[in-house]
Amino acid sequence: MMAILIRRILSLVVTLLVVSLLIFTVMDLLPGDPAAIMLGTSASPETLAALQHQLGLDQPLPVRYLAWLVGVLRGDLGQSYTYGVPVAGLIVERLAVTLPLALMAVVLSVLIAVPLGVQAARRHNGLFDVVAGMFSYVSIAVPAFWGGLLLIILFSTMLGWMPAGGFPGWEAGLLPALKSLVLPAVALALPQAGVLTRVARAAVLDVMNEDFVRTARAKGLSERIAVWRHAVPNALIPVVTMLGLQFTFLIAGAVLVENVFNLPGLGRLAYQALAQRDIIVMQDVVLFFSALVILMNFIVDLAYLAIDPRLRAGAQ
Amino acid sequence: MNVLGAWKPVSRGLGLALALGAGVALAGAGTAFAASKTSVTLGMAIEPAGLDPTIAAPVAIGQVTWQNIFEGLTTIDKAGKVQPQLAESWKISEDGKTYTFKLRQGVTFHNGVAFDSSVGKYTIERARGADSVNPQKRYFASIDSVETPDAATLVLKLKQPAGSLLYWLGWPASSMVEPKSAADNKVTPVGTGPFKFVSWAKGSKVDLARNADYWNKSAPVKLETASFRFIADAQAQAAALKAGDVDAFPEFGAPELMESFKDDQKLATVIGNTELKVVAGMNNGRKPFNDKRVRQALMMAVDRETVVEGAWSGFGTPIGSHYTPNDRGYKDLTGTYAYDTEKAKALLAEAGYPNGLTFTIKAPQMAYAQRTSQILQALFAEIGVTMNIETTEFPAKWVADVLKAADYDMTIIAHAEPMDIDIYGRDPYYFNYKNPVFNDILKKVEATSDPAEQDKLYGEAQTMLANDVPALFLFVMPKLGVWDKKLKGLWENEPIPSNVLTEVHWEE
Repeated sequence: MMAILIRRILSLVVTLLVVSLLIFTVMDLLPGDPAAIMLGTSASPETLAALQHQLGLDQPLPVRYLAWLVGVLRGDLGQSYTYGVPVAGLIVERLAVTLPLALMAVVLSVLIAVPLGVQAARRHNGLFDVVAGMFSYVSIAVPAFWGGLLLIILFSTMLGWMPAGGFPGWEAGLLPALKSLVLPAVALALPQAGVLTRVARAAVLDVMNEDFVRTARAKGLSERIAVWRHAVPNALIPVVTMLGLQFTFLIAGAVLVENVFNLPGLGRLAYQALAQRDIIVMQDVVLFFSALVILMNFIVDLAYLAIDPRLRAGAQ
Repeated sequence: MNVLGAWKPVSRGLGLALALGAGVALAGAGTAFAASKTSVTLGMAIEPAGLDPTIAAPVAIGQVTWQNIFEGLTTIDKAGKVQPQLAESWKISEDGKTYTFKLRQGVTFHNGVAFDSSVGKYTIERARGADSVNPQKRYFASIDSVETPDAATLVLKLKQPAGSLLYWLGWPASSMVEPKSAADNKVTPVGTGPFKFVSWAKGSKVDLARNADYWNKSAPVKLETASFRFIADAQAQAAALKAGDVDAFPEFGAPELMESFKDDQKLATVIGNTELKVVAGMNNGRKPFNDKRVRQALMMAVDRETVVEGAWSGFGTPIGSHYTPNDRGYKDLTGTYAYDTEKAKALLAEAGYPNGLTFTIKAPQMAYAQRTSQILQALFAEIGVTMNIETTEFPAKWVADVLKAADYDMTIIAHAEPMDIDIYGRDPYYFNYKNPVFNDILKKVEATSDPAEQDKLYGEAQTMLANDVPALFLFVMPKLGVWDKKLKGLWENEPIPSNVLTEVHWEE
């Protein structure tokens, strides 16, 4: 068990190093000079050179990479070219929006998808199954940002129940802050719930045909108890795998949804940094996203061990 | 004095409340001034990249800070005219090479530092120094030395006369900054203006509060707090206006949505003008655009009314040169190569292209550029010219490929800087226009300080461009203002990109 853990952690570190090199090289290949963008259309070449020097852009690539890497290892992510403040602070500020948003969306999508999927499996090929199927197809087909626009039109412009966008900040109180995250979370959760419903349904269907479920039924358990106590726990592995994958999708999807709802989250930071070629911010945010994905996979692996005793046995 | 005494404790209290939290401050404002609202929330499409207009070019920086936080020796009023500000008055020597400014006394920065000639000297030396990153550094190029005979006098000695110097000194990039706070102005700007910087929630908003110690006691400042909120998406902008989340969007981004505000009882739409000149620049150094006749023929293929209608829902004013109707000495030159497809075809044949020609426009992703390109494509097809549209990313790729490398046939962009007709005299510059006669006119403008003579020369420069067509001159962008009907005092027009809050107030 310990050996597995150590091996996993080692591969995690190596992956991150490779990813960091990849990110740095790709960002460097990107056309566009941050200094030229900052200085606009009137700057003379010498002014440009002065700013490039000030930002350290005149250093050779390996030097810049090493400086960045050493900084990151020491917890110094550098200074944003455009904002002029440490990137670490920017990321933490933005996480206060994106993390709750993604969590809300995950919880919402599980709350929608698991009951829907299980119920659809139980009523396999029945009317409920057909309706649940339609729900998933439609919600998968509708992009989150467009769904978000529809939600704004209905709940903000027409009904006036929810803010049309923006984020008052947590200092404005829990309720106003959460309120401004509800619609974006719904917009993010719906497509994910669609996918998750299909996965949950298929997994439960698979398990329901297994011998142990039949045995449970033969022992005299009601269908409902047989499904929820015996079939569902065993169908969780694909659902959890999907959730792990989805969390990273949610973070990525947040880029678009945060733009539609004008939320100052990590996704919008990345988007703005890309447009401004605030390369240091992009490097850091992409590295952060990558670390999150790698970490998420790691956690999903650990979750398997927790859910499936057979994997634990195999490990020992 | 009595009135001021009564104001001070109230606003001090407000400042404190703001430091503690926005919610408390708003509550305080509500009770203290129950009679009328003293806060405003303005929407902007683009978040500024830093808050120091003296080290970066994006106009959004000036739109938050200029005249609110920062002030200059001179300023530019809502009619686009130069006015004294931190310099009370000035004298220009006979030869136009010595400017003596009499500085206003009793002015302090928001951090308590007094404004005097040493601050003026510091600002100008910083802007023109070897390691300066001032986006308009060339404006200070004519300055030879800065002298400070006493605390209230600043003398600029020039290498050669610079007729536009007083105008340039009014720009955001010429804002007065003091040495102690200059390095941090990007994050926490400190100026002399009627509003102090309070906070910047990155990605969301910038908050300002009234400067109780503002030097200009006659300025009609009514607002206690102001907030700039950044909303990039046009639909989200409209939603925020309709929901009352923002009081005003002085530069609303989507003309096609203007109609949707008509039924709103609460909102007023105000169409003003800007300095944003939409021009389709051509690479004058590259075939076939090195032939003046080709450029003239393309100009005659363009029906500007159709362009404005199709690209910007009919808002916008056609132009015939790189100059707007607001600018001093403006001449209407839209008739120089007016829309005439027959003449266009004939001229194209004369230039050796009887069967038309094919080229590519590098069009940035912005809506106005994309739509205008599509209309130009259709108009050119009428005279047998095929134009392919290649979308390029603004600013990054456009700046690299078009502006810096001049690797393009035709492009399209809105030039934001006021009175920037001199860009056609720059070398290198992406048009590759290179006309010594034109450059001579520009030199003469700087050599004289007689406004009437300058206006006449600007007229000549406009006419020369209208004849030579280094770029297709299309239209001036409108300033599409949408704001609460009770909100008064915002500038209708935009002679310089800005959101001046000095006169903004709520009407009962």
